[in-house]
Amino acid sequence: MAAPAHFTFWIKSVQAMALAVAVCFSLGANDSSARYHDLNHRLMCTCGCAQLLGECNHVGCTESGQELSELRNYIATGMSDKQVFAAFTAKYGATVLAAPTTQGFDLVAWIAPFAVFAAALLGTILLIRRWAGLAGAKAQAAALEPVIDDPADRERKEKIRRETGVDGGF
Amino acid sequence: MAAFGSFALLIALALAAYNLLAGALALRLIATGQPARISPERLADTARRAGIAGFLAITGAAFALIWSVFTNDFSITYIMEHSNRALPGAYKFSALWSGQEGSLLLWAWLLGTYGFVLRLTHKTDVKLYAYASTILAGIQVFFLLVLNFAAPPFALYRGAIPDDGNGLNPLLQYPEMVIHPPMLYLGYVGFSVPFAFALGALMMRYPGEKWIKVTRVWTLVTWLFLTAGIFLGMHWAYAVLGWGGYWGWDPVENASFMPWLTGTAFLHSVMMQEKKGMMKSWNVWLIFSTFLLTMLGTLLTRAGLVSSVHAFAQSSIGTWFVIFMGIVLAVCIFTYILQRSHLQSEQHMESLVSRESSFLFNNLVLLTACFVILWGTLFPILSEYVVGNKVTVGAPFYNRVAVPIGLFLLFLTGVGPLLPWRATSLKSIKRNFVLPVVALWATVIVCLAVGVRPWKDGAFSAGDFYALVAFAVSAAVMTAILSEFLRGAGVISRQTGRNLLVGTWLLTRRNTRRYGGYIIHIGVVIVVVGLAGSAFNQNQERELGLHDKLLIGPYTLEQVGATQDSNLNYNSEYAMLDIYRDGKKQFQMTPEKRVYLVSNQPQTMVAIHSLPSWDLYVVYEGTNPDTGQPIIKAFLNPLVGWIWAGLVILIFGTFVALVPSLSPATAALRAPAMRPAPAEPALRGGL
Repeated sequence: MAAPAHFTFWIKSVQAMALAVAVCFSLGANDSSARYHDLNHRLMCTCGCAQLLGECNHVGCTESGQELSELRNYIATGMSDKQVFAAFTAKYGATVLAAPTTQGFDLVAWIAPFAVFAAALLGTILLIRRWAGLAGAKAQAAALEPVIDDPADRERKEKIRRETGVDGGF
Repeated sequence: MAAFGSFALLIALALAAYNLLAGALALRLIATGQPARISPERLADTARRAGIAGFLAITGAAFALIWSVFTNDFSITYIMEHSNRALPGAYKFSALWSGQEGSLLLWAWLLGTYGFVLRLTHKTDVKLYAYASTILAGIQVFFLLVLNFAAPPFALYRGAIPDDGNGLNPLLQYPEMVIHPPMLYLGYVGFSVPFAFALGALMMRYPGEKWIKVTRVWTLVTWLFLTAGIFLGMHWAYAVLGWGGYWGWDPVENASFMPWLTGTAFLHSVMMQEKKGMMKSWNVWLIFSTFLLTMLGTLLTRAGLVSSVHAFAQSSIGTWFVIFMGIVLAVCIFTYILQRSHLQSEQHMESLVSRESSFLFNNLVLLTACFVILWGTLFPILSEYVVGNKVTVGAPFYNRVAVPIGLFLLFLTGVGPLLPWRATSLKSIKRNFVLPVVALWATVIVCLAVGVRPWKDGAFSAGDFYALVAFAVSAAVMTAILSEFLRGAGVISRQTGRNLLVGTWLLTRRNTRRYGGYIIHIGVVIVVVGLAGSAFNQNQERELGLHDKLLIGPYTLEQVGATQDSNLNYNSEYAMLDIYRDGKKQFQMTPEKRVYLVSNQPQTMVAIHSLPSWDLYVVYEGTNPDTGQPIIKAFLNPLVGWIWAGLVILIFGTFVALVPSLSPATAALRAPAMRPAPAEPALRGGL
C-alpha cells in the first residue's frame, strides 16, 4: 500500500537533511595542529586580566608567556588534554581553567542549563497539549449549546473592545 | 556646592518619601472608599506634585556634582578621585558615572526624569498613573536613602585638599564612554516604569488590557536604550581593550544582557495578552523579573560579589540592594497572590504548531538563555559556597551552552512569523517554508564550497560548525522575512498600481508594529551573521623593526617609523604602519599607546580599518624593553561591521514599531486608488 503523500514528503525531507549533514561532517582533512590554539583558549591567563590565555594582550605580562611555554612543553611531551589541565590546575589552582570541569560538583554547571531547558520544553509541550484539549472540549460544548445573542451583551463587549483595543500585531 | 548638593539630595528624599506615603494613602482611601478630612484625589495630586518637585531637587544635586567637576572642586572626595584639571570637558561629564556615588546619582536622576515625564502625562489614565507614580516613588526613596546615607557623592575630602585630582580611569577616556553608560542606565532605570505600571495595574485590578498598551511604549523605548547601551559597550570593548573581541562574557556584561533577554521575552509575550488575553500571569512575572534583574546587575557590579574588569570598588551598598530586592520580591509575591484571580487567561492555545505556541517557545528559549547566563555568572559563588573551591566560568562555557540556544532562538525568529494563529496545516507549512528551506540548504552548499566547514585542520571545530549553522539559519530567516514583506507589498502593489517599493512603504505604515518588528528581526539576523564571523578571526603578533613586515590575510604591514606626541593629559607613542595589498600600498595605520600623566596608567588606542568583509585591527602593544622595538599585534576580524550595521537596522525597526499605524481612514487618504481586496495571509491579523 502506498504511503500518504504528506508522509512521503516528510521522509524525503528527513533523508535529504541527513545526507546533507553527513556531507558536512565528512569534509576536511585529518591532523591535529589546532590543539595548541584550542587548549590556550580553554585556559585563563593568571595575571589578573580575566582574559583567556590565548587572548591575553598585556605587554610584559609575566604570566601568559610562561603559561604558553608550559603548554607547548606539555603538548610536546605527549600529555593528554586531561593531563594538561591537571598539571595547570595543580600549579595555578582551579581558576586557571576557563570553564568548569566535568567532574564532581563542576558537572552541575554543565547539566543544570540543559536540564532546565529540557524540563521547561517538556512542560511547555505538555501545557500546550493540555490547553489544546481544553480548547477542543470547549469548542465541542459550544457547538452543542444553542447560541444566545444578547444585544446588550454584544454592545458591552464592543464598548470594552473600543476602550481597551489595540492595533494589530507585533 | 557640596552643601547645596547634599541639601538637594535630602530635600529630594523628603519629597520622594512624601510622594510614596501620601500617594499610597490616597490610593488606599480611594480603593476602600473610607471618608477622610482631605479628598483622596487632592492628596494624590499633592503626591504627584511632590514627585515633580523631587525631580527638580535631584536635578539640582546632579548639577552640583557636574559644576564641582568643571570647577575642579577637589574638596569633594568623589571629584578628587575621578577627575583632574587637565581632563577634557566631555570626559568631565563622564566623571558623573565613573564612580559608585556618581553613577547612583545618575540612576536617581534618570529615575526622576522618567517619573517626571510619567507624572506630567498622568491624564492618560489618572488612577493607573497614580499607582505607577507611587511605586516609582518607592524605588526613588531607596536610591535616595543610599545616596544620602551609604554612598554620598558630596562627601568632603579629609585632610589637606590636593592641588589636582587622581584623574579619570584611562579606559573611560574614550568618546563612546560619554554615551554608553547613560544609554545603558536609561535602559536599566527605564524598566522601573513598566514594572511600576504592571504592579500598579495588578494592585488596582485594572480592567482590560489598556495598561499593556501604555506599558508597551515605555518598554520598547527602554529596550531600545538598553540595546543601544549594550552594543555601544561592545564597540567600546572592541575599540579600547585591544584584545580583538567585543564580548567577553564578563559578569557585568552578563548583568546587562539578562534584563535585555527577559525584556525581549516580555515584548513578545505581551502580544499574546493583547490579542488573545493569554499569559497574563506570565507577563506580569516577566516584567517583575526584568526589574529584579536590573537590580541584581547593579548588585553584582557594586557589591564585589563576582570578579569583573568593570566592577566598582567593593562597598557596603550590596546589603542595601539585597534588602531592597527582598522587599520588592515580597511585595510582588504578595500582590500576585492577592490578585491572581484577576489574571485568568481568557483563551487557551489550540495547537502545538501555531503562532501562539511559537511565542511561548520564544519565551522559553529567551528565559533559558537568561538562566544560563545567570547560572554561569553565579556558579563561581555557588561552587565556593558548596565545595569551597572557586572556579572560572568563562567564554568556553557560554560558547558551548548559550550559542546553541541562541541559534535555536534565531530559528524561531524565522519560523514564528510564518505560522498562522490558532493552528496550522501541512499545506500552509509547505507553502510558507519552501523558500526559507531552499535558502538554508543553498547557503550550506555555498558555505561548504567556499571553505566554511565544520572540520578545521583535521579536528571538529565547534566555532566553524556554529558559524555554518548561523549563516544557513540566517539566510532562511532573512528569506522568510523578506517573503512576508514581498507578499504583502505585492497585494498592495496590485491594488494601488504602485510599484513594490511604495507597496512596502504603505504596508509598513499600515501595521508599523508588525513590520517594525520584522525590521528588528532583520537587524538581529545581520548581527548574528556578524557574530558568526568571529569563528574565522586571525591574529598575528610580532616585534617589528624598521621596515620589518607582518603578514595577515591579504595584507602586509610594514613598520615605517614611530612618532610621539604629548598634551596636558597624556603622552602618546604611535607606530606608523604602511598597509600593502597585492603589492600596492593602500593606506597607513597608526595604532597608539598612551600613558596618562596623573595616574601613570598606560592605555592602547587601537587602529581599525573597517570593510564590510572584515576589520583590519592593529594594536601597538608597546616596545620590547630589551630591543626597544615596537610590538604589533594585528587581527583580521571578518564581518564585524555587520554587527554595528545590524544595530542601526534594529534601532530603525524599533522607531518604526513605535510610530502609530495609519488608521484605515488615513490609509485610504494616503492611497486613494486602493480597493478592498480579499485578505492575504500577510495582511490578516498581526504577527
